[in-house]
Amino acid sequence: MSVEFSFLLVQALSGLASASSLFIIASGLTLVFGVTRIVNFAHGSFYMLGAYMAVTIVPWLLQIERSPTLFFAGVLISAAVVGVLGVAMEILLLRRIYKVPELFQLLATFGVVLMVQDAVLHIWGPLDIAGPRAPGLRHGVMILDQRFPAYELFLIAAGPVVLGLLWLLMHKTRFGILLRAATRDREMVGALGVNQALLFTGTLFLGAFLAGLGGALQIPRVSASAQMDLAIITEAFVVTVIGGMGSIGGAFLAALLIGQLQAFGVLIFPKITLVLVFLLMALVLVVKPWGLLGRPEAAPPSAMPEGIASPGRFCVFEKLLVALALLVAAMLPLFGDAYAVKVATEVLIFGLAAFSLNFLVGNGGIVSFGHAAYFGLGAYASGLLVTKLGMPMEPALIVAPLASGFFAALFGFFIVRLQGIYLAMLTLAFAQIAYAVCFQWVEVTGGDNGIVGVWPAPWAASRIVYHYLVLVVAVLGIIALRHVIYAPFGASLRAARDSAARAEAIGIDVRAHRWLGFTIAGAAAGLAGGLYAFSKGSIDPTLLGIPLSVDFLAMILLGGMQSVVGPVLGAAAFHSIKDVFMPLTDHWRFLLGASIIALVLIFPRGLGGAYASLRARFTGGAP
Amino acid sequence: MADKVLEVEALRAGYGPAEILFGVSLKLARGEVAALMGRNGAGKSTTLKAIMGLLPPRAGQVRFAGQEISGMPAFRIARLGLGYVPEDRRIFTDLTVAENLEVGRRAARGHAAWTPERLFEIFPNLAAMRGRRAAAMSGGEQQMLAIARTLMGNPDAVLLDEPSEGLAPVILELMAEAVLSMKREGIAVLLSEQNFDFAAAVADRAYVIERGEIRYDGSMAALEADPALRAQHLTL
Repeated sequence: MSVEFSFLLVQALSGLASASSLFIIASGLTLVFGVTRIVNFAHGSFYMLGAYMAVTIVPWLLQIERSPTLFFAGVLISAAVVGVLGVAMEILLLRRIYKVPELFQLLATFGVVLMVQDAVLHIWGPLDIAGPRAPGLRHGVMILDQRFPAYELFLIAAGPVVLGLLWLLMHKTRFGILLRAATRDREMVGALGVNQALLFTGTLFLGAFLAGLGGALQIPRVSASAQMDLAIITEAFVVTVIGGMGSIGGAFLAALLIGQLQAFGVLIFPKITLVLVFLLMALVLVVKPWGLLGRPEAAPPSAMPEGIASPGRFCVFEKLLVALALLVAAMLPLFGDAYAVKVATEVLIFGLAAFSLNFLVGNGGIVSFGHAAYFGLGAYASGLLVTKLGMPMEPALIVAPLASGFFAALFGFFIVRLQGIYLAMLTLAFAQIAYAVCFQWVEVTGGDNGIVGVWPAPWAASRIVYHYLVLVVAVLGIIALRHVIYAPFGASLRAARDSAARAEAIGIDVRAHRWLGFTIAGAAAGLAGGLYAFSKGSIDPTLLGIPLSVDFLAMILLGGMQSVVGPVLGAAAFHSIKDVFMPLTDHWRFLLGASIIALVLIFPRGLGGAYASLRARFTGGAP
Repeated sequence: MADKVLEVEALRAGYGPAEILFGVSLKLARGEVAALMGRNGAGKSTTLKAIMGLLPPRAGQVRFAGQEISGMPAFRIARLGLGYVPEDRRIFTDLTVAENLEVGRRAARGHAAWTPERLFEIFPNLAAMRGRRAAAMSGGEQQMLAIARTLMGNPDAVLLDEPSEGLAPVILELMAEAVLSMKREGIAVLLSEQNFDFAAAVADRAYVIERGEIRYDGSMAALEADPALRAQHLTL
């Protein structure tokens, strides 16, 4: 392949244009994180809202006069409106969750993502909306012998301009100096008489403004659509993590790197540009765990939610309850209809998946934001073996946990080196790699459509028989994991969770323990995924997606992370509620989002926690 | 009680299930320097944090300039004119000296406002470092910056947590001089201290705290003159 210089130059320029856009968005995310220590999932929603605002406001302004001034005035107004929405989010939600564990903050802001998605669909409808092109910048510019859009050139300049303005703001204004001070030590800034609440509100305005600006500037290039939010937020996360969370300069560097990687990666590996980006992130984090220009967190332990303390034994009453639950699951096919059996089967499968996640989070203190990856990989392993290689169900179900365990071991090798929010971000990144592969490798995985025809063996083909199969396998899986929690290995994991340094000092190889724990949890999730593939008869990339990972987290949050069996309870409650309400309303996302937020705000110890407090009141003992 | 700028009565505070303060009472007169002395873990820093609102008091009263301040957020307390210099300095290491001072700046209430120039008279070392990043300063310089930063808020009283900790003897003298200049400016100072000689050099009044309770409350001179009393309370 002979490549001309002019072609390479244009490719590099379009990489710079994407880098600029990405930087403008990521700068807001990293700024908000730096000051408030909250990783704002809803930042992608602000970006999307910026685009929707702009496709609404800008054409209206252009009707008055088709001038560049009005176009950019519309863009800035859109960004300002989004900034005000950021202020609303700070006052209504963030202010209440600055002190809760990071996992809960992520979940709560994800709740906002769900609510905004529904709101956007409600207001603007499901169709993509194309925006107007910028007056005065609609032409192409000849660069050597290649045509290059003028608007892209404008974007290339916009990134450095925003960087420069932010630098001036941060160094030459009192507000900026206070922000930088608060990034290092919020409490001290308060003790010097600065009202943090106002500072944080201002930060959210600025952060949301930048996200909105990023979105509004995109309208001549891409249509506003309701899928923009999650696509951009993962990229913005990657940029901030590579650059170092809280570092604006780092975000700029990282955006440049990623822009070029994508521009040239697409020439060499057209199928796996997403993978390249995430590989870069994994590589950077292994070499520089705090990103290119980031610095170590001052106090990571505050990041942890309350986990499993010392696991107790069931009392007689609880043994009866468990027996009753098993009996209901076993007898259900006798009195329930086919739909009830299907829901019960899924509850058992999600129960195993949620249990395996809490084995990580509650017992190991490893907050995984991408647990669905291992669930989905198990499902894909089984599904592909059965449909492509004609393997029978039974060995395929055995391969599912092995395959997921393998990938959990591979990804976990990198993940367990990190702590706190960086660890959570890396789990998310690896999950997105797996998602991207399943999504983009159409020849093998069927891409977006997935693969159908993943049916169980003939003897297990009936819903009822398959229900019993799942009952046996899932319950055995849960018992096995529970055994690990009670075993010395489980206790060592808890020790490493509570104090890695002290655990090391008494001879526990913390990293090896966490790695093995991560692998075990991944394998168990893979088993659940395999079971799920056969129960559905199909597989598709949503099985590895962020929403499912969040569902699993919501299940363990609902069930109580400090409880051993609570997550199973949480899975049952969550899945049944979702199953009952989803068909009743068009706005189930909105309701789900609101419920997740409510759960974090009102009920942070979950159903299991509420039960544990009750039990402690009656018996005086620890749960 | 107009002569008392700070009055603490039966203050209780702690972390989680751990009670640290069991009813601490103390007073600070206008323009007075008082030293709160005690061993490691006796509750000195906790007392100052609880007064400042950085640790919510569980019981008791804190009055500053006649106004009840317990339960207020720290920034409101600071705005009333109570300054705080923390034990570990907590200067903003990414910011320059001038920017650190800017973070502390608040409008003066009545008296002449502190400016960087006036502060550089007390802390001459800082003058040459205005544009330097605070991370590149020695411990003693950071301590001076921490005090200067708090003075930029034009406080009527300052809580000074272990100002002598980890300082070289030469710097220690400068620090004592700084505390006395604050006194000359009419600023009341409550400092927590383990270094008796330092405390004796600057303080008019002494409190000794032990296991979260005040065990001695009297003049510094009396404590200094009585070795037996000192041995009883301060076998540091």
